[in-house]
Amino acid sequence: MVELVGTDALPVPLEAFDRLMPLHVRLDHAGRITGFGPTLAKLTAGEGLRGRSLFEVFDVRRPSGLASVSDLHAHAGERLRLILRRAPRPVQFRGLAMPLAAGAGMILNLSFGIGVVDAVRSFTLTAGDFATTDLAVEMMYLVEAKTAAMETLRGFALRLQGDKQMAETQAMTDTLTGLPNRRALAQTLERLTRQSVAFGLMHIDLDFFKAVNDTLGHAAGDHVLRSVAGVLSAKTRAEDTVARVGGDEFVGVFPEITEPRRLEAVARRIIDALTLPIPFDGRTCRISASIGITTSISYTVPEIARMQHDADEALYASKRAGRGQALFHQTGEDPQGPPKINTRRSA
Amino acid sequence: MLGLINRSFQFFLSDTYGPAMWDSVASEAEIGMSGFESMLKYDDKLTEQVIDAASTLLNRPRESLMEDLGTYLVSHESLLTVRRLLRFSGVNFSDFLNSIEELPERGRLVLPDLELPDLDLLDLGGGHFRLRCTSGLAGAGHIVMGLLRAMADDYGALVLLDHLGSDRGAEVIQVQIADQALYEARPFSLGMTVN
Repeated sequence: MVELVGTDALPVPLEAFDRLMPLHVRLDHAGRITGFGPTLAKLTAGEGLRGRSLFEVFDVRRPSGLASVSDLHAHAGERLRLILRRAPRPVQFRGLAMPLAAGAGMILNLSFGIGVVDAVRSFTLTAGDFATTDLAVEMMYLVEAKTAAMETLRGFALRLQGDKQMAETQAMTDTLTGLPNRRALAQTLERLTRQSVAFGLMHIDLDFFKAVNDTLGHAAGDHVLRSVAGVLSAKTRAEDTVARVGGDEFVGVFPEITEPRRLEAVARRIIDALTLPIPFDGRTCRISASIGITTSISYTVPEIARMQHDADEALYASKRAGRGQALFHQTGEDPQGPPKINTRRSA
Repeated sequence: MLGLINRSFQFFLSDTYGPAMWDSVASEAEIGMSGFESMLKYDDKLTEQVIDAASTLLNRPRESLMEDLGTYLVSHESLLTVRRLLRFSGVNFSDFLNSIEELPERGRLVLPDLELPDLDLLDLGGGHFRLRCTSGLAGAGHIVMGLLRAMADDYGALVLLDHLGSDRGAEVIQVQIADQALYEARPFSLGMTVN
């Protein structure tokens, strides 16, 4: 029969302590461990805690300098930080100690605090290892639900990013040939001038393309344009840009190629390849190309609009000179500049 | 309504009846081909349209489709998360059922826009319960019933469920726990499975 000593003291059976506070430690007047809750027993795996000093088993970190039972009494009711000295991995706890009836020692209750997620995983704790009033399980639920929600959002962000990239690529690509379009070209030219990279610029216009369209139809015309795109990609380097800017007009940009001889060789290779007959549906399409060339180093300050205008002028000079030709723009800007080449006939 | 609900319908139809069926439902319900995004909000009307379209195309009553969705949410492998999150609510089926009223709040804790049915549990004693379910989505009680059926399976409990129809604006589900632990429960640990 349990007798109440008074209204301010309560005799509590040990089982109640264990159920209410599965992570508690009972201490005698000298600070020796006389008992502990079942979850703490699970963590220490039956290691003999009983009879040992609290300060031997735990490293009491906060408040600092707390090293004896009288210190613990002085800090009763305060937030403690303790570390269970446990091999191979110590465990951190938040603690709260209160004195029992006079001379009966103290009781120290522990919580994993924010480390509960790691503790549950490390020691495979279950709902039964916590008091039902403890929010540890809800904490685990929240962490998992939050992770799932974040994962969902991440998936959404990735899908959006993929769609955005696809839309950007489509906005920069000519749908018929797959070559970069006028917008992509403008970006390339802007980037090269901003970074002060020297480059050669070619305006390429197909010869006799209208005749193919008129006599063999638009399907043949489209086929020819796709073949031309294939040739232009094959005859240029990966770092070059060849864009389709109009019906049968293309622009080539050649970073770090400004030597007239090299540009001329590229232009000649392109014209030679485009002059080869293109078979379509049992028939043969014949085209050629005229090219106008300029380079960024032909100008004191290269301006994109000016360069494009000059390359166009050279292109029309090629057309007038009898097609299938590549001509450099004749610049009068700098008489002491690199040698000007004109009317270079392609073979 | 949050797209999460619509998207689970999309996955349910797609996983159960094939992606082509989902495409037909999407077209019949006049929603975009890319389907729903979990974290975006949609007009409640769309949810109804999807359920009606699926019901017509599959020639199955709405109620049985909704119950299957509830079961799918818990038992399908691709949705392991839902099962796990529900298992946090209790250590056995009776524990789970007794905390089921917390469900909408648990949902809102993570996704404030998530509107789950309002649940009200009446304990009739002897393992008999009545669950009243109020929702803006007509027939949501059937989803809850499918979910309870799958959770009973998960806990290894033998539970008899019956949808008693509507009463004063709420759908009523009769729950009878015949055996709390007839089978072995599917394994569950509090610590997340690291994948």
